[in-house]
Formats: sequence, structure tokens, C-alpha cells
Amino acid sequence: MNLRVALGSIIAKDLRAYYLKPPHLSWGVIFPLAWAGMFFIRSGSGLDSVAALLPGVIAVSVLFGTTSMLAVTITFERKSGALDRLLLAPIPLEWLMLAKTVNAIAFGVANAVPPILLAGCLTGFSGVAWEEVIPTLVLIAVSSAFTGLFVAVTASEVFEAQMFSNFFRFPMLFLCGLFFPIQQLPAWLRPLSYCLPLTYGADALHASIRQSGQMPLSLDFGMLILLSALLFAFSVRNIRRRWIP
Amino acid sequence: MNRQPIKDNGAIDVRGLTKRFGAVQAVAGVDFDVREGELFGFLGPNGAGKTTTINMLVGLARPDAGTIRIAGIDCSTRPKAAQHLVGVVPDVSNLYPELTGFSNLCFCGALYGMARRDRQARARELLHAFGLSQAADRKFGGYSKGMKRKLTIAAGILHQPPVLFLDEPTTGIDVASARQIRQLIADLNAKGTTIFLTTHYIEEAQRLCRRIAFIVQGRIVRIDTVENLMRQADGRCAVQFAVSRHGAMLAEAMAAAFPGLECRALGEDAVSVASPESVHVGPLVRFIEDHGAEVFEARRIRPSLEEVFVRVTGIEAAAMRQDAERARVGGDL
Ligand SMILES: Nc1ncnc2c1ncn2[C@@H]1O[C@H](COP(=O)(O)OP(=O)(O)O)[C@@H](O)[C@H]1O
Ligand SMILES: [Mg+2]
Repeated sequence: MNLRVALGSIIAKDLRAYYLKPPHLSWGVIFPLAWAGMFFIRSGSGLDSVAALLPGVIAVSVLFGTTSMLAVTITFERKSGALDRLLLAPIPLEWLMLAKTVNAIAFGVANAVPPILLAGCLTGFSGVAWEEVIPTLVLIAVSSAFTGLFVAVTASEVFEAQMFSNFFRFPMLFLCGLFFPIQQLPAWLRPLSYCLPLTYGADALHASIRQSGQMPLSLDFGMLILLSALLFAFSVRNIRRRWIP
Repeated sequence: MNRQPIKDNGAIDVRGLTKRFGAVQAVAGVDFDVREGELFGFLGPNGAGKTTTINMLVGLARPDAGTIRIAGIDCSTRPKAAQHLVGVVPDVSNLYPELTGFSNLCFCGALYGMARRDRQARARELLHAFGLSQAADRKFGGYSKGMKRKLTIAAGILHQPPVLFLDEPTTGIDVASARQIRQLIADLNAKGTTIFLTTHYIEEAQRLCRRIAFIVQGRIVRIDTVENLMRQADGRCAVQFAVSRHGAMLAEAMAAAFPGLECRALGEDAVSVASPESVHVGPLVRFIEDHGAEVFEARRIRPSLEEVFVRVTGIEAAAMRQDAERARVGGDL
């Protein structure tokens, strides 16, 4: 069994069937730009605030980019029965789910590009540690994709997936320290923040873009990897239980 | 890709297979085995547990109890262990609507690790064999029902699996496509593929299969070669009367008046009468006429598997057919 051929075909098929379609492509540009525009312009307090907002805007773009795609590529295919075909193939489930999420991860990373370019045009880049930003982007995309996978596995309808996914995504906007430090949250909410991978992703972005991280970068990366692994393992376990009744 | 040989003689060996969904006992302790190269039929009405059985055999459902061996490999606890040896044609045509026929087949080949050149060549070969070459570059979503079914079958056999599962391959499609599909199934089997076929068409099972299991409410009520099953019908005599009216009433009255005869109404304008001994037509014709109906024709019918099935399971074949077709139409929408 040539696993490379199988996984490569799944990735290529999803790319052609979903990601490279005009609506999704344009969505991947317009949506992050809209986020960026909304925050950068609204702030109105000069260009200093652009750098302060950039980490949050990037995190939102990546989070929404990855999670929305999974509702289509997984929930929709499951509903139509096409996913059964993949479950019938002699491909280990873990590999199968990685192949189904890798495009969403790449799509999420790509969603970070428009706000970064816009911010660059407005203020220029100085003091940005790219060698830290790039792995951070990838890790945020990975953890968001697995959060999305976790949600997609629980939902059996596309609208359910979208609803559940918003149930996760919108609270994360203020729980994860994207636009204000989590120290400003009520004390009883903070433990929840520390359970969410995006908290560490946002912190790493703040650290690498404007040297204002609250935690050591190694802790951020470590937690992103750990929580991603947990989400993935939990999703695969759920898939075994729910998709193979 | 070379055909992988099957070790041992049993292609499929199932013991005590059981599956419950909530309150529904979908499969209740099923035992059977299918020999290498055999075409084995699973015949039963809608909801009998045919699809659930296939799903457990191929790794889409987890058995509550029982053992499954495919080509000697124990799949009861490791459902993926034999998937490389198996091809599955599900009861719904679930290929990707947005891909062309050709791309769909190539994609399915790739899922089994076939190299690009192999899968493309094989896809073309099958499109040709199924008479779909003209439609190769059209999207699957735009295919007719019969074309969809044929492409779904092609997708199941692209990687040349030694064991093939076919779930109601001809339900709800046009007669010409169904005939073509039956021929293809017979050809595949003749070339050595072991086939497990579910159907609710008795004729189809009789024509294609060497052995048949009758499955009703999750249980196998009978399992034997077609020959042996037919032998049961031999020596029996059946006569069909075409009548002007009152079919149902007549069947009931005749059953009461002539004990020892099995009388069934085939709608309002036909009654069939069967008996272990020869049937005397004269008294029956007079009986019908006395009950206010005319007899247009009395025809002796060749004993068929249908009678055996009806007798063993107590299920009317015509009702079973209609029921399953209705379910299929609903399921395909
Ligand atoms: N996933 C499921 N959840 C609940 N009930 C199911 C499920 N799959 C099948 N059943 C039930 O199990 C029984 C057998 O179904 P099935 O195997 O599809 O029958 P067949 O294929 O012979 O028509 C039916 O009563 C059906 O409603
Ligand atoms: Mg079925």
C-alpha cells in the first residue's frame, strides 16, 4: 500500500474541489482584510496602535480561515456519504485526518498574509522577529485546525458545525488575549483562557511582533504543540466512536 | 497492480455476528462463509440487516459480538486489517458530484495506492467496459441513475480487489443498465473475484449466485445452494389463474375449500395455487366461476426460487420488491 499516493490524492482533490474555488479564494483575502481594516481604522489613534492590533488581527484571520474550511471538507462530505469511501480505504485513520486538515492549515497560514501586508504598508516592519512569527503562524493554524476538526466531528450537519464552531470562536476573541491582555479578564475566567491554544498563539505573536509577550516563547510553543496533540487525539478517538458506529 | 492471492480456502468467514442500534437488533447472530471465487447472495427484504452486515465486514460499523475473517485475516478487532483486499460498492452512489467520471475513478484508485499511470489506464478500461467513455469528462453529479450506479461499481473494482461486496447493485435503475450490471458481475466472478452480493430481487440472486442466504430481521433463516433450494420446489406443482375479479377474496375462499392447497392472490386479477402434489384444475375453475369471476387462463408455472423464499420466510416477493424500491428512491434524494 503506497500511503504517499493516497494521502497526496486526498490533499490534491480537496485543494481542487474546495480551496482553489473562487468563493473560498476570495474569502481568504477579503475576510482577513476586513478584519484588519475594521480594527486598524476603528482604532484611529495613530499608527502605533496598528502594531498593537496586528497580533490579534492575524490570530483572528488564521482561526476563522482554518475552522470554516473544515466545516465544508469534513462535515459536508460526511453528510453526503463520500467520506465513507475514505474510511473504506486501507489508510490509517490518523493519516487520513491529517490529510483532511493539512489544506485547512495552509489556508489558515495564508489568511495571515493580507493583514501582515496591510500593516506593513501602514507602518513598515521594524523589530518583527520573522523567525518566530512564521512558526507561530503555523502552530496557530495547526491548533485552530484541530479545534475545527474536534467541532466538525461532533456535528453531523453543516449548519451544526458552523454553529458549534462559532460557539468556540467568538468567545476566543476576548478570552485569548488577542486585543487586551488576559490579566484584564475577571479572575474566574482566566483558567479557561489558559486551556485555549489560541491564548499561547496570541502571546507568541505579541512577543515576536512587538516584544510584549507575557509568557516565555518556549512555553507558548510547548503549550500549542501539547494542546494540538490533545485535540487531535481526542478528535480521532471521537471519529472512531461516532463515524464507525 | 497484481491480484493478491487469498490464503486458505475461505474468502469470508463470519461467526455469531451481532449488531444492535438502540432498540433495533439489526443483525442477530449471523453465521456464514464464502469460499474463494464464489458468488454468494444475501437475499432479504428492506431492513433485514444486509447493509449493516456489509458495513461490519468492511470496517464501517463495529460488531457488538462475533468474529469476521476475510482471506484468513481476523478483522473483528482490527477493522482495517483486510481493507486492502476488499472492494465495496455501497447501496448509494456516493462518488464526488463535482468531479468528472474519470477523475472520480482515478481518485478511488489512488486511495488504494495505485500509481498514476496504472489508475488512469484502469479508469479508461472500466469506463469503456461500462459504456461510459462518452461521459468520462462529465461531472458525476450530472449522470443518470444507471450511469451513477455503473460508475460506483467501477470505482469499487478499480483496484482489482480479490473480494468484492456489492450492496443492492441494481436497485432502482433502468432495466437495460441492470442487465448490463448483472452481466458484469457474472464476468467478474468468472475471472475469479469472490463476490458477496445483497439483493432483494429473487430472480437476480437465482440467476447470479451459487449459494444464497435468506436473511429476515437480522437472522439467516436459510442458507443453501440455489440447486438445493430449487430441489425443494421440485415435485411441487403450481398453477396460476388469470381471473376477471375478486382475486383476494377467491384466494381466501379457495384456501378454505381446498385444504392442502396454498392459495395466494397476485393482485385482484390473478391467483396462484401450489401444492406438493399435482393440482386438479377442473374443480378449481368451477369453484372460481361459482364465485362470480371468469377464468381467462390457467397456466402451470415452473417452480421458482420465489416460491421457496416465500415459503421459508413468509414474505411476499412483490411486496419486498416495492418496499425496497421505495426506500431506495427516498434514500437517493
Ligand atoms: N446507523 C443506524 N442507526 C440506527 N439504526 C440503524 C442504523 N443502520 C441500520 N439501522 C437499522 O437496522 C436495521 C437493518 O438495516 P439495514 O442493515 O440497512 O437493512 P437492509 O440493508 O437489509 O435494508 C433497520 O431496522 C435499520 O433501521
Ligand atoms: Mg441496505
